[in-house]
Amino acid sequence: MAETVSKRVAAPVFELKGRMATLTVVRLLTTDVSAFAGQLAEKIGEAPRLLRGAPMLLDLEALSSADIDLGAITAVMRDLGAVPVAVRGGGVDAERAAEAGLGLLTADNEAPRREEAPACGATARVVESPVRSGQQIYARGSDLVVLGAVSPGAEVLADGHIHVYGALRGRALAGVQGEPRARIFCTALEAELVSVAGRYQVSDRIDEALRGQPAQVRLDGETLYIEPVCSYRTEYSLNG
Amino acid sequence: MSKIVVVTSGKGGVGKTTTAAAIAAGLAREGQRTVVVDFDVGLRNLDLVLGCERRVVYDFVNVIQGDARLHQALIKDKRVDGLAILPASQTRDKDALTDEGVAQILDALREEFDYVICDSPAGIERGAHLASYHADEAIVVANPEVSSVRDSDRVLGLLASRTRRAELNEEPVKEHLLLSRYDPVRVEKGEMLSVDDVQEILAVDLLGVIPESQAVLNASNAGMPVILDEDSDAGQAYADVVTRFLGGERPHRFLAVERKGIFGRMFGG
Repeated sequence: MAETVSKRVAAPVFELKGRMATLTVVRLLTTDVSAFAGQLAEKIGEAPRLLRGAPMLLDLEALSSADIDLGAITAVMRDLGAVPVAVRGGGVDAERAAEAGLGLLTADNEAPRREEAPACGATARVVESPVRSGQQIYARGSDLVVLGAVSPGAEVLADGHIHVYGALRGRALAGVQGEPRARIFCTALEAELVSVAGRYQVSDRIDEALRGQPAQVRLDGETLYIEPVCSYRTEYSLNG
Repeated sequence: MSKIVVVTSGKGGVGKTTTAAAIAAGLAREGQRTVVVDFDVGLRNLDLVLGCERRVVYDFVNVIQGDARLHQALIKDKRVDGLAILPASQTRDKDALTDEGVAQILDALREEFDYVICDSPAGIERGAHLASYHADEAIVVANPEVSSVRDSDRVLGLLASRTRRAELNEEPVKEHLLLSRYDPVRVEKGEMLSVDDVQEILAVDLLGVIPESQAVLNASNAGMPVILDEDSDAGQAYADVVTRFLGGERPHRFLAVERKGIFGRMFGG
């Protein structure tokens, strides 16, 4: 009982959160402390507002020898107004890092590198030739960019956006796996059918004023909007 | 280096056979050894247009089935040196053409001729597919009207995906557009698509425009390739096409309405 009471009283005074943050990485290329001190002072002199007070990560991966005086390095940095917060590489263990007042960053702590990232944000598929009647092109898991025209009777599909730089005269279906934020962009809208995430519109129902014009197709809620690409343009010219 | 050229369109009645005959005769006249092969098995026409229908003994299917040798089936044209025709069979259908048979015959023809012109049947089924499959270049014949242009578009897509060159990932089939039965008067009235309209849709190099002409029907009835009628507008237009096809330059003619009057007569072509 007492326990529950005390729990109720002690409202949390902090929260723990995992966050991505940008750190300035100081990649050491030498173990020579005085040379480092000289050049760092120069750099901070060049951009004091950017570097003074900035949290920094000491990266020792480029060093061939682990024989480095971490305490001296961090002292130099702190003297110059930099804030070393952590170290990685160079065979430094948690104990040595702690002695220098630093955290230890291991490979596990780091976010996966870009090239290892899964294909969810895959590069758009680019089609350079015209898409002919009867052809069907599907960009699975990515956007689709068509540089030529999409002919009547042709069909272009993408899990992401569709961009058509020639005339769009066939069918275009964006977000076919159900992504409602997918859009269709084209320089000349003459499509037989456009669709985003399964919501479609046939050419009969497309506003005549948009025919042959640059246009985009997007989904807002359950409504498919077919509109000029630059809807802000008129406003813009009034102001400027 | 010999070349296989398919004359194709998708749609029927646009002038494939007329074009195949005219271009084959034109190439032969330019000194190129040329053979024209009729792939329209069951609906044989090329022999009529070339005026050799009475000299057909063996045909394409006989050669494929081993009933005749290639040389027995080839008919030499009497008017133009270096022109030969391999007629189609009238009594069979397209299933009589086998993949290997067609490949073998075309290979054999390649050995002996500079140009092998394949006159494709209409449609996109087996016969048309076999006629296009081995092509190095394609002449896509279209009329200036929407259904023909759309069919041509479809055929261009197939040329880019279902030919030997596409399947082997070789350099793609070189595509040419030939617009036939062009009538500037009707274009001006808005009853026909213009050259620019068609090119805008198909985005293919324009090999030539053949005007709608009585000369085509006359030549066909007479069993003569229209290109040999040198006084006719269509004959001259095909001659220009052959020159361009061989790499020469010729301005496009017969695109504008011919005006009456002295200047029109002098410059209108």
